[in-house]
Formats: sequence, structure tokens, C-alpha cells
Amino acid sequence: MNGARVEFRGLRRRFGSTVALDGLDLTVEPGELLALLGPSGCGKTTALRCLAGFEQPDEGEILVDGADITRVPANRRDAGMVFQSYSLFPNLNARDNVGFGLRVRKVPAAKRHARAQELLELVGLPSVGDRYPHQLSGGQQQRVALARALALEPRVLLLDEPLSALDAKVRVTLREEIRRLQLSLGITTIFVTHDQEEALSMADRVAVLRAGRLEQVADPATLYDRPATPFVAEFVGAMNHLPGVLSGDRVTVLGQTLPVEGQPPASAEADVLVRPEAVLVTPDAEGGGIVMVSSFRGSTTRLRIRLGDGTEVLADVPGHDSARFAPGTAVRVGLVERPVLVSARTETGATPAVPEPDVV
Amino acid sequence: MPLLAFVVIVFGVPMLVLLGGTFTKEGTFSTANLTESLQGAYLTALIGSVKISALVAVLGGVLGTILAQAVVTSRFRALREAVLTASGVLANFGGVPLAFAWIATLGNSGVVTTTLGLGEHGWSLYNFWGLTLVYLYFSIPLQVLTVVPALDGLRPQWREAAQNNGASTWQFWRYVGVPVLTPALLGGVVLLFGGAFAAYATAQAMVGSTVPLVTLKIADALSGNVLIGHENVALALSLDMIVIAGLVMAVYLPLQRRSARWLR
Repeated sequence: MNGARVEFRGLRRRFGSTVALDGLDLTVEPGELLALLGPSGCGKTTALRCLAGFEQPDEGEILVDGADITRVPANRRDAGMVFQSYSLFPNLNARDNVGFGLRVRKVPAAKRHARAQELLELVGLPSVGDRYPHQLSGGQQQRVALARALALEPRVLLLDEPLSALDAKVRVTLREEIRRLQLSLGITTIFVTHDQEEALSMADRVAVLRAGRLEQVADPATLYDRPATPFVAEFVGAMNHLPGVLSGDRVTVLGQTLPVEGQPPASAEADVLVRPEAVLVTPDAEGGGIVMVSSFRGSTTRLRIRLGDGTEVLADVPGHDSARFAPGTAVRVGLVERPVLVSARTETGATPAVPEPDVV
Repeated sequence: MPLLAFVVIVFGVPMLVLLGGTFTKEGTFSTANLTESLQGAYLTALIGSVKISALVAVLGGVLGTILAQAVVTSRFRALREAVLTASGVLANFGGVPLAFAWIATLGNSGVVTTTLGLGEHGWSLYNFWGLTLVYLYFSIPLQVLTVVPALDGLRPQWREAAQNNGASTWQFWRYVGVPVLTPALLGGVVLLFGGAFAAYATAQAMVGSTVPLVTLKIADALSGNVLIGHENVALALSLDMIVIAGLVMAVYLPLQRRSARWLR
């Protein structure tokens, strides 16, 4: 198998008064795994379904290796798809599910079964061929669905939140396997998810969508460290909104002056966006901050700290330091010296972007 | 326990009476009633009943399923509600009132018959096909009610997954849709067969003895209109009906059990 180049050009799709896609322009390189990430209703699934042929865009084109496939029927597209869940045919066993596409193409039974068995082995399920979907676990069902999607050797693989219905442990295992398979087959893969951790850990590049438009497309590290917009900054990872005062290309925040990343807003007063891991915390009786909540997460502990002026800050410290930062501990808060993203001041600017309901 | 008592009283006791009467002739054990019930006019009536019931079951099953699919895929919610409500009413419309509704409409002096002059073209409601038409009138809505929930249960992902694997609409129905729907379709067909097989009042009011049906023969034998002393033959005919219904269920149940597993 080898991957195809996929291009979305000015794609628009409207459902009644709701605009699902609002001029989406995006190119997926051959052999790349691209994650479409965004909140519910941002258009990521609609884009995938347009590519699969289950939705017709109102405007725009979809090109695969330069060929316009926008009006090609779904059953004649060279794309395999794995759905969210429950997509295996309940009346066929795993082997026949995998071999379904070959059966439709009138491939002889012996050849079909051999190919299905090969694919079941590829997804790590060599001995479930005779089982029906209701006899398989959720993770096994999605592996079989993956094998079925690969059976016709498509040049594009579409994954529509295939892990969302699985429990956490299976989800992690399966996403690693999908990535391994994708790399070994070199198949262009588009992966829709609303789970940022999934997107960042699996994809070569992540495209963040908002209200049917592309907000940013970049490799995971760039997306996390250099978010192009405040929306991306807030959506990917946890983010503090701290009140700051702009002065040219620098901003003063929590008593420190830091360089501004990108274009600063016009007003002098602004929100400074800072990741919890970029917040430095040291125990200090005179520091002016109090740990309100300490949430142990294994390798790290997330602290919610209230400063003297009422501002709340999220900070990540090493997990083994959790005892030093028990709720009620007085602390001093500083920021790592590096450029920060700044956005126009919001009314709720003094509170963290991501609420932390879990309490130790 | 109360259920068991109910079943014993309502089904067990009549069954014992039926069996006792069937195998009794002039006070002694005999299979003569059963033999008689499978000969001559009785056999013709039995075959007639099976024929009309099978025809109504198959035609009603197919037409009802097509109508149900049209309703399920319709974008108009009101149409769906209207059809389902009408089906609920019409599926329970039977007996003498149904017969008279049809006689008044398409009987020899019916409104439609006289208006369109159908009589001059050889039209008659009082034959096998006329009775089939009237039975379909309540059988199609019954099939709609049986199949709509199953059609609603067909997941859109199955159709899309089939398309994604290169299947046409026909191939989806052949390999996935119809096999998955088999329990509901068969259940509906069995129900339709049973409804037509056991129908009596509509046929009695419409065709009398023009169309030979086993239910009409049982009534004749019991009421002694033609012959007296044939009450036990009526019981034997009832036993024949039970055996036929049992045979239909014997085909249906294993198929249903196999298909039901898929949807767990």
C-alpha cells in the first residue's frame, strides 16, 4: 500500500441554518497521519464524511492525488473507513466482515478467507475469525473494523473517533497499534478526534478546526508550544489566563516582563496565556500565594493557587513534590522566561482556562 | 403460578377436550374423525385456507415491508405518525364490519363497483381473490407495525460501512439488511399467516361457502346446518389447524433464534 495526497479546497457544507464547514482548505501529504481536532460541531466529522462520500459539500472540491472525487459515489472511492462504534455487520463473523469488500468484488471464497485471515493477524486477532461481533469486546470489534477498512488496500484510511467508545487502557493500546500499522503500511490517514491527547500522541500533524474553519495545522510540538491563536492555545492543553499589561512587544505579568509571541492586541491591558508547566512554584511563607487544591496525577501534580489579588493560577509540579504543596501551603509563583501568547482581555481573564474539578 | 393456572385453564382444558373429541367416535377410541377431516371437501377447505393464508402472508409481508421502509426513510415526521396510527387502527379492523365495509364499496352493488361499472367487466368481490384483497386490508398494516421497529434498528453505520466497502444498495440489502431483518420479517409473515388462517367472520359474511375455508367448515360441522353428528370432525379439523400452525412455527423459530443472536 502507499498513501495518496488528499486536498480539501474551499469546502462548504451547511445543515439548515448550521454551517458545518465554512471554506475548509487543507492538504494531507502522502503517507501522513493527520488528526482533525476540535470541539463538537466544529466540522471535523463532516469533513471526513465528505471525503468518504457520505456527505456532499455545497461548495468546494476534494482531490485525491489531483483527481477530483467530489461527486464520485461513496462505494467507488478508494478510502477505507473505521466508524465510531457498532459498525460491524452483526450477521457476519469476523472473517466475513473483513472479507466483505472482497465478496462484493466477487473474489473467490478461498482467496477472500485467506486475505481476511492475514488482516486479522495484522491487527493482532488471529483466532477470532469465526466469532460474531456480539462475541467480541469493544476493542476487538474496532480491530476487526480496522482490518475490514484495510482489506481493499485503500490509499486513504479514515478514522472517525474509533477509540471514543473504548475504555482508557484499551484506547491507549489500540492507538499505538493503529500508529504502528499506519507507519508500516504508509497509508495516508485522517483521524477525527476531540481528544487532544490522542491527537498529539498519534499524529504527524494536527489540524485544529473551529466553526468549520481551519484554525491551525502543525506538528504536535509546534501546536502545543506555539499555538497560532488563543483558541488553539486554550483548546490544546490546559492554559492560564493571567492579567498583564502590554508595553510594545513585551508584557508585564505577575511582576515579570516577558517577550510577546506573535501579534499583540491593540489595548494595553491583556490576558497572558501561560501553560501550567511554565509556572514556577516554590514554598515561601511570604510568597503571596496559597495552594487551594492539589491534584496528584502520577508523574505530575496540578496545583490551583490563589494569589493575593484573587487571581487563580494552575501550575504543574513533579509528582514527588505533591507533599510539599499540600492545600494551604504558602507559595511564591513565577513564570518561565520565554515568549508568551497574549490575547485581548476577557471578563473572566483572571481565572484559569481549564477548570479543575478534581480535588485531593 | 397464576400464569401457569391461566394457561392450564385457557389452553390445557380446551386442548384435552379437543383431543378427546377428535379421537372418539360413537363412544370408542377411533381415528375416523381425523381421517374424515383429511378427505374430500374438508381437505379441499384445509388446502384452501393454507393457500389463501400463505398468499396473504407473502403479499402482505412484502407490501407491508415496502410501505414500512418508505415510512422509515421519509423525511416527513407527520407522514410517519399518520401511517403508523392508521396501521394501528386498520390492523384491528376485522370481522363482519370489515366485510360490510368492502361489500358497500366493492360488492356487487357497491359504490365503487356501480360508479365505475366494474360489474360489466366481470368484477366480483365474492371469490378467492376478493377475499385475499380484504384480508390484505388488515394484514399490510399489521406487517407495517411489526417491521417498523426492526427497520428503525438498522444502524446507518452498517449501510455506510457497506458502501465504504464498495457495496451497492442492492448488495447491502442482500448481504446485510435482509439477513438482519429476517426475524422481524419472518415474525410478521407468521403473524399474517395466523391471522388469515384463523379468520372466520369476514369470510362468513362475504363469501359464505363459495370459497372453501376450514374455519367455515368447522362452523358448519358444529352448527349442524348440513349434517348432524359431525361435531367431533370439527374438533379434528381444529387439530389439523393446530398441526399446520405448529409446522409454520417449527420453520420460523430456529431461523428466528439464529438471527436474534446477531442483534444482542
